[in-house]
Amino acid sequence: MFFTYIGRELRRRMRQSIFIAIGLALGIGLVITVTAASAGVKNAQASVLHSLYGVGTDITVTKAPAAGSTGNGFGFGFRQSIGSTSRPKAGSKIDNNTLSAGGTLASLASSNVTSIAKMDNVAAAAGGLTLNDRMISGTVPALNFNGGGGGFRNGSSSSGSGNPSSFGANFNINSFTVNGVDIANGELGPLSTGKVSSGRTFTTADNAADVALVDSSYATQNKLKVGSTIAVGNSKNAATNFKVVGIVSEPAGDNPADVYIPLGVAQSLANLKNDVNTIYVTASNSGDISSVASSISKAVPGSTVTDQNTLASEVTGSISSAASLANNLGKWLAIAVLIAAFLLASLLTMAAVTRRIREFGTLKALGWKSRRIVFQVMGEAVAIGIVGGVIGVGLGFAGVALVNKFSSPLTASLASNTTGSATPGGARQFGGGGGFGGGGGGFPTSGTSGGNPFRGAFSSAARTAGTVTEHLHAPVTIGVIIVAVGLAILGGLIAGAFGGWRAARLRPADALSKVA
Amino acid sequence: MYKLTNVTKDYPKGRETVHALRGVNVEIPDGEWMAIQGPTGHGKTTLLQILGGLDRPTSGSVDFDGRDLARTRETAMTKVRANSIGFIFQTFNLIPTLSAQENVETALVPLGVSGASRRARAAEALNSLGLGDRLRHLPGELSGGQQQRVAIARALVKEPTVLLADEPTGNLDEDTRDEIIGLLEKLWQDNGLTLVIVTHDSSIARRAQRLGTMRNGKLTVKQTV
Repeated sequence: MFFTYIGRELRRRMRQSIFIAIGLALGIGLVITVTAASAGVKNAQASVLHSLYGVGTDITVTKAPAAGSTGNGFGFGFRQSIGSTSRPKAGSKIDNNTLSAGGTLASLASSNVTSIAKMDNVAAAAGGLTLNDRMISGTVPALNFNGGGGGFRNGSSSSGSGNPSSFGANFNINSFTVNGVDIANGELGPLSTGKVSSGRTFTTADNAADVALVDSSYATQNKLKVGSTIAVGNSKNAATNFKVVGIVSEPAGDNPADVYIPLGVAQSLANLKNDVNTIYVTASNSGDISSVASSISKAVPGSTVTDQNTLASEVTGSISSAASLANNLGKWLAIAVLIAAFLLASLLTMAAVTRRIREFGTLKALGWKSRRIVFQVMGEAVAIGIVGGVIGVGLGFAGVALVNKFSSPLTASLASNTTGSATPGGARQFGGGGGFGGGGGGFPTSGTSGGNPFRGAFSSAARTAGTVTEHLHAPVTIGVIIVAVGLAILGGLIAGAFGGWRAARLRPADALSKVA
Repeated sequence: MYKLTNVTKDYPKGRETVHALRGVNVEIPDGEWMAIQGPTGHGKTTLLQILGGLDRPTSGSVDFDGRDLARTRETAMTKVRANSIGFIFQTFNLIPTLSAQENVETALVPLGVSGASRRARAAEALNSLGLGDRLRHLPGELSGGQQQRVAIARALVKEPTVLLADEPTGNLDEDTRDEIIGLLEKLWQDNGLTLVIVTHDSSIARRAQRLGTMRNGKLTVKQTV
């Protein structure tokens, strides 16, 4: 009788039932779409942060150079670049290869790595050096500057055949990025996401050896292979030949260094013995990240401690706007529509009960308990809610499909590293053929869900800031569907409760005296 | 069966009070057929509702088989209605979305009768009233007389001791009216029911054993036979 009565009654007021169901469906569909979009933006953010920052590293510690200093990096001006304080004589041949930190990160003592590793709730800590190798070669011309001659010509291997009166035209400059890698802590640092496509990776025996791994793209561009030799400079402008022992490929979209050498060797070449300029830290678990970051700030005064949340707050661009839109406007819009749908369902259910007062009065006269009548009304409302939920799930899937199909790619940018607070390497610009995230448009689309994006392998794209593009993929999970259907049933229950309360309050005589 | 002692019923109506029943005293023995007549608005339906436990008096007592319905809690009252009292209404009051058989079944639902047994008893009740071929028809597909017979079947399927009818022929034509009243009379005789009918129709009232007249909330009773 219960289900028969429900089915017949809903059929009798089919139009109203459909109207209520559609109202609920719109609310449910919006909840699903907004939740999925929000999750998609979150995943995109995590993917961006992964690309920019690194997976596996929870915290990085850097230090901004003192104001007015160039840190350990290149200075401005030709003389500084060639390590000279006086103007070289015309006709002098210049052939310098300098390895230095680049000027945007100051040094940190290696002892900080040890002390951080010993802190509570720290699983591992590793130091690293992010360096730039710059080669300048050419012949010093007679000093006859004209307007355009102040700069360098990059990336050319010619001996300078331009206007002899252009100073810069007489020199070639090439540069590439070098990462000093802590071999003992391979799970942290720039190589942890890399896959060796040829040769081998570092072993502990390589700690003091002049061996290098080369990024596969750089190797292809410069025709390097396992067994090749690559010249890496030092602080005294001389070069050391390194043997290439392996070619490493980083995941698509990452911005890896061009060359990796053992940390100790890098420190020696760059005259940064016992120094690092980035410390990578992994917390014991994600709940400890904030406390570990706080402890590090106290232990290493003057340092910039960056964790996931700090970096996320520095990410700008349309991804931030999308996140804000989904989390604020989207969430509240979905809640408002859902509340409106619940209210509408409740009001229409109460109106339907009012129209059926004589019917319910008759049932009471027949001996039906109020509770039974309330259940009947609630059953009808829940049935409408379920229908609304099913339609709503369909609308939600459709909405998500539209979002995935028509949403513009999201962009994310990191602020320039004026304070050293950004990712390791910050907003450093690399000249020559070095990449500045130029190929970085191909970041992987988000497929991650949940989990700490900083756990796992590290991508050295974190060393370069800039803009990355991420395509939004809004996922619909079983959990969201269950919640949505639950909301629909809740809507039915609320509506039924209002209507049932109305029906239960009636005295049979009052009900029978009402005009049908 | 029934003993009403000084029963009054007052309704607020705006700023005034309507005295629907004023000190009604009556006894209705088991198995009696009593008709209640009177002008509209003088308390006939109110009296019937109080007899059926659909409403409570403002004061007085309504003794029904040793239980004072005026002081019985609603849950217990619901049980009394479910088991002992059958109602027939002027407008039939059938559930429009349920078939004739399902409408009769609604009277058995509060008694916890199983689905199969309910269907069987409902079919039998309708069959006995000549509606065996109308079991699956909705009320809208039945004539007035047929609808009232479905209502009668619904009232009697639970084998009540009391049958209360409020203008059962009010919405029927003359021929159907005679048919329904004849049916009620036969059922009263066959089942030994206590039958109370509210009616405007004197020809119906004359067929009862006793006639009560409601005027301005007061009841006077006389034998018809």
